[in-house]
Amino acid sequence: MRLLAPLFELFEPLFRGAQRRLGATRLAWLFVGPNLAIFGVFTFLPILINIAYALTGGVKLMPTERPYTGLENFQILFECGNYLDLSTCRKDIFWRALLNTAKFSLIQVGLMVALSLLTALVLNRRILGRGFWRGVFFYPVLLSPVVVALIWKWLLQSQGAFNAGLAALGAPPVEWLTDAGWAFFWAVFVSIWAHMGFYTLILLAGLQAIPKDLYEAALMDRATPWRTLRRITLPLLAPTLIVVLVLSMIRAVQVFDEIFVLTGGGPGSATTFIVQFIYQTGFAEQIHLYGLAAAASLTLAVALIGLTLLQLKATRAGQAGERAR
Amino acid sequence: MNVLAFLTRTRGRRLDWTDALTYVYLVVGLFTMFAPVAWLVMSSFKTEAALAQFPPTFLPYTQKTVAVPGHDKPLPLFRVADPAGGPGATRELAQVSRIGIMATMVDPASPQQTVQVNIRERQPVQEIRFEASNYTDLFGKFTFGRYLWNSTFITVVATALTLLVNSMAAFALSKYRFPGRNAVFLLIIATLMIPPTISLVPVFLVINSVGLLNSLWGVILPAIATPTGVFLLRQYMLTIPDELLEAARMDHASEWRIYWRIILPLSAPALAVLAIFSVMWRWNDFLLPLIVLSKSEVFTLQLALNSFQGELNTQWHYLLAMTVITLLPVTLVFAFLQRHITTGIASAGVK
Repeated sequence: MRLLAPLFELFEPLFRGAQRRLGATRLAWLFVGPNLAIFGVFTFLPILINIAYALTGGVKLMPTERPYTGLENFQILFECGNYLDLSTCRKDIFWRALLNTAKFSLIQVGLMVALSLLTALVLNRRILGRGFWRGVFFYPVLLSPVVVALIWKWLLQSQGAFNAGLAALGAPPVEWLTDAGWAFFWAVFVSIWAHMGFYTLILLAGLQAIPKDLYEAALMDRATPWRTLRRITLPLLAPTLIVVLVLSMIRAVQVFDEIFVLTGGGPGSATTFIVQFIYQTGFAEQIHLYGLAAAASLTLAVALIGLTLLQLKATRAGQAGERAR
Repeated sequence: MNVLAFLTRTRGRRLDWTDALTYVYLVVGLFTMFAPVAWLVMSSFKTEAALAQFPPTFLPYTQKTVAVPGHDKPLPLFRVADPAGGPGATRELAQVSRIGIMATMVDPASPQQTVQVNIRERQPVQEIRFEASNYTDLFGKFTFGRYLWNSTFITVVATALTLLVNSMAAFALSKYRFPGRNAVFLLIIATLMIPPTISLVPVFLVINSVGLLNSLWGVILPAIATPTGVFLLRQYMLTIPDELLEAARMDHASEWRIYWRIILPLSAPALAVLAIFSVMWRWNDFLLPLIVLSKSEVFTLQLALNSFQGELNTQWHYLLAMTVITLLPVTLVFAFLQRHITTGIASAGVK
């Protein structure tokens, strides 16, 4: 603090002058000002511009130079000759990304929350060195998505540790990342590996908030551990569990970076998800179709708003439940 | 007293099979979480030749070499059958040259005498050696130093500005009553629900219009106002008693001075948590840099890693070393500040 003092003193005349002119109360705006300006320019303004992009066509970046096309971008995204056959869709890759994202989210969230719950229950037992074990499961959460992807890419490459293990067992090598089924499996696995520690931590906090005397009472009544889990732990953990479900769902729908580096979305479109579609249409491909990318973003936004509302509702229900108790 | 019973006793309760299962689960978890990272770290110490070998080994083995008088370079060592020593005996020979399937070898002890050996009848002599050249080469050969600097610059500057800008906002929102305060707070919290992924194109446009494309500031500026930071700091500052501020005002301290002389030092614990988060966010950031920084001289480590791994002939020996350097700072932060991070997340429920 003492080191930084001259820096802060530098702003003293500015704020003192403003305080004399505005008064102490209106000075508050000067304090929130920088924050609001940045939010305004980089968060709120972009949301409005996004709508302008979605409703215009062409390849120009400036919204004012783009011709108005109404809902055409959405038509391009969603129109199919026959909805049972994806290859008849105008943008079949969008539909594939959409379906992949839905499939990924359901599988990944289901498995991850189950594993996180199991891990939290294990960590909540009387164990030696709980802090250490908690850290063990949490560590991958801190790694960057690119690092996570490279760690696994190195293990899964055709001459990697996994194929060495297979060779030791006398089995033929497997192309883990270029076989569509396996690539999807590893996309799910790696994202669970990287994120489950975060949800484990939240669930563990939830478990530790359950009053201990309830368990003592259950012990008195000679309830079996299974019964205690079903009748005490799970019902009391339900609010936290719902928050975790929705939070992880919000993140799963936006899956991008790890999988993008791990598989590049392939083989084919087997692990292409909606955010990668947005990135590719808007930035990576030769012709930047900003309008299509923005329309796809808005589609994603609708899903996210839906999930957020669900979360708010669930949290409120949880709080109401707590108050009722 | 029975030692085993003493070691396995847990506060008045005897261990049963469920405890055994618990520890099995934990050890499996330990292996699953750390073995992949350990494999990566070990691999990064292997030579390019060792990396190409299949099946790979966990420890970095390389072929042993010896300096033989009369030869400029150290010669690779092989183990070959020793006809003089009887069946099963071997001796170690250094290879001078090889033509077709026949190798010319010498005994390092008597370098004048050469022996012809069929290459199928020899085994390389392996030793464990941690090869640091992958790391040292990085700093010489590539613009790696540039990437490291870019990542460090973004992380340090963005974190400093995040702390400043967010604590100012949190101060105003927690210590002043002004019209519109609640609206401002709600607006900031609402941005928690607007992930950057849904407005990529316009964010690109805005950064382009203010001329920050391919500039490190284009990644720093959008990131320094975080709803999480404002929320975390505001909640903490609410617990600082207003009397302290009133007393300072009596002494004619300006509001700015109250902010940095009283509020900031008292909020140090919350600022520390936010600083840790911010360092991790910025160091690990990928999507925003990916669209803002497209020239290789402004690449961050994450972008450089991504572009190297996408090359046709991936140079894994350098890529592995770079990956290890990239995960090192986060690992150190984790090792020393694990408790702060985990309690911070458990209390704020944010990442």
